[in-house]
Amino acid sequence: MTSFHLAQLNIGRPRAPLSEPVMADFVAGLPRLNALADAAPGFVWRLRDESTDDATGLRPFGPDIMLNMSVWTSVEALREYVYRTVHLEALRRRAEWFRHDGFDHHLVLWWIPAGTLPTVDEAWARLERLDRDGPGPEAFTLRRPWPPPTPAFATIRRDVDPDD
Amino acid sequence: MTAPDDLEPGLDGLLALGDPVRRAAFRAVTARGGEPVSREEVAAALGIGRTLAAFHLDKLADAGLLDVSYARRSGRTGPGAGRPAKLYRPAPGEHAVSVPPRAYRSAAELLAEAVDRAGADAVLHQVARERGRAEGADGDVMTLLAARGYDPVRDGARIRLRNCPFHRLAEQFPPVVCGMNLALVDGLLDGAGVTGWLAAIDPSAGHCCVALSKAKHR
Repeated sequence: MTSFHLAQLNIGRPRAPLSEPVMADFVAGLPRLNALADAAPGFVWRLRDESTDDATGLRPFGPDIMLNMSVWTSVEALREYVYRTVHLEALRRRAEWFRHDGFDHHLVLWWIPAGTLPTVDEAWARLERLDRDGPGPEAFTLRRPWPPPTPAFATIRRDVDPDD
Repeated sequence: MTAPDDLEPGLDGLLALGDPVRRAAFRAVTARGGEPVSREEVAAALGIGRTLAAFHLDKLADAGLLDVSYARRSGRTGPGAGRPAKLYRPAPGEHAVSVPPRAYRSAAELLAEAVDRAGADAVLHQVARERGRAEGADGDVMTLLAARGYDPVRDGARIRLRNCPFHRLAEQFPPVVCGMNLALVDGLLDGAGVTGWLAAIDPSAGHCCVALSKAKHR
């Protein structure tokens, strides 16, 4: 029986390099937000740069697109972290630090088999699918979530000749 | 999109509040902030008999305004421990009626999504702060907040808000609506000259995401 975890990708264009004063509060808040995520119920994994504790230095989608990516056990676990902790305060101020021009959606969710991890390429493909088709079982949003796929029950009939 | 507030089914819930004693019984339950109350407690609060209190509470439950549960108040268990008490608490859900049908929530959803997409939060915060200030409100912080439906309660050095007037909208657009709410409360306090309290985003289970804490004196 396969169970599923929730993968998440979020992108944005920082308004300035992270060293600029306008970004100071964002940068200062990161350690606390990351520690909170790591300790949150239902948290499984988040994308990290090899040398730092987070993904803020990564630019797989182009020089001005920042990303974060994570895995959770359920939509509710993610929603609780995102909206019901001090993370909400960071979200409240997001327009001070990030632009989203040129993006249709900037957050996408999808289900992955438990025990696997998403790749940035897969994440981008899911975001493109969300932009193209709107929310659906393969790519959705917090506002319009989809349930995980029904666990696959594989029935092996031992009496069947494998050459049939 | 949200359907307009129409006569059904909102009216049944609200008609149940027509009787003044029933309305008082409802208030006695909601004043407890979600904690289940018994008919005895409501009867005592209203100065009426238990049977009359139970009659009104059961009518409110039938109308969908209250939820019923059973629990042994004394902590005893097993045979001879007595019947569990019937307890009442506010039912989840909202009841609204408008004549003729209005759909302000649908409009609010569209506007919130537009602000979200445009990244225009700062403008919304400014507008909300100005509106809050312009209310020209007066009074102490608890009265100010209660008058606007926040149902405030002291919790140590904090004030927590047990009701969010924008609840459903905030569930759909938390950063935009909670940010708006914070700016509104900020403006309200400012306009009323309240300096001893500071509003901030401080979510806790079952409460509005805005809470107030004592302002530090410099």
